[in-house]
Amino acid sequence: MNKYLFIPLVLFVGLVAFLLIGLHRDPHEVPSPLINKPAPSFQLPQLHEPTKTFSSQDMKGKVYLLNFWGSWCVACRDEHPLLVQYAKSNVVPIYGVDYNYANDNADERAAAMQFLAELGNPYTETIYDKGGLTSIDYGVYGAPESFLIDKQGIIRFKQIGPITEDVWNNKIVPLAKQLNQ
Amino acid sequence: MRGMLQRAIRLTWHAHLARELTDGTAVPLKIAIVLLIAVGLSFLSGAVIAKEAQPNEDPQIEQRMKNLTEQLRCLVCQNETLADSHADLAEDLRKQIREQMKAGKTDKEIIAYLTDRYGDFVLYKPPVKTTTYLLWFGPFVLLGGGTVVLYRYLSRRRKMIQEKPLSAEERRQAAEILRSV
Repeated sequence: MNKYLFIPLVLFVGLVAFLLIGLHRDPHEVPSPLINKPAPSFQLPQLHEPTKTFSSQDMKGKVYLLNFWGSWCVACRDEHPLLVQYAKSNVVPIYGVDYNYANDNADERAAAMQFLAELGNPYTETIYDKGGLTSIDYGVYGAPESFLIDKQGIIRFKQIGPITEDVWNNKIVPLAKQLNQ
Repeated sequence: MRGMLQRAIRLTWHAHLARELTDGTAVPLKIAIVLLIAVGLSFLSGAVIAKEAQPNEDPQIEQRMKNLTEQLRCLVCQNETLADSHADLAEDLRKQIREQMKAGKTDKEIIAYLTDRYGDFVLYKPPVKTTTYLLWFGPFVLLGGGTVVLYRYLSRRRKMIQEKPLSAEERRQAAEILRSV
């Protein structure tokens, strides 16, 4: 038997394997260049009290989850009940960034406060990113996006799209516990 | 008017993204497209979706903007360039790019600003570096390898053909066959 006979078959199986892997990958999930890099610094007004600011410096030495969302974001609405539930578990504090696009003239601050009043507020603190510059610094493109940041202010994990039970239980909780040690 | 339209489009789009990211169903895209067209048509009668007419802007900067953003991918609608996209993020990013150009930043610096945040994925033309060598040079390696294999196969086949001159008897038989035809 010709020993070269099986080469096309092997190549074909390899090709099929690549295509199958490709089918199960989500093209919307773009790997972030920010993983294991220092979280971009920010100083932004708080959502509920515009005169007070909140900065990334205030979070030095703490492990926290930074969640970018907006009242206009439907996926955030889906995610919200889980966040409210998880915030109560005290595994890791959740901080919210209300992402307001520069060209969006609607009153996002009021809409966001109403959103939290209606659906519950999981955030230890919520800040208001008018114009979205901080959100751009974090490379946010598909809200909700969440960043797990360690005590040194390094981004350790990023979730694009809503946090699911699977992501929370199997990724965020173990990693947060490890980072808190 | 335009703000309302954008909000409607964004809501529809995020509804689609939300479904896709949470349960992976791709079907809602059709619904999303139909909704988008319906919403678009209902508004179009009054207001044409203007492509950010900026009559007061420096035409030189606008030209540079156009040239640069045509090489960049909009992360929200991944098959659109940053120049063409109507996504809010794309509009915010164009605004950023315009401001940075006015501040005297070079195209290189602006591209670095974007890739630092969103990764090389924003570039339609991936940079040549160690992780992309396979992408850039793989096809040439395949072509070279194929040529070598083909050359060796053909030369081996040529060796297998041994030309033997016909014997006198064979010559006589051949002539007989030719005559009988």
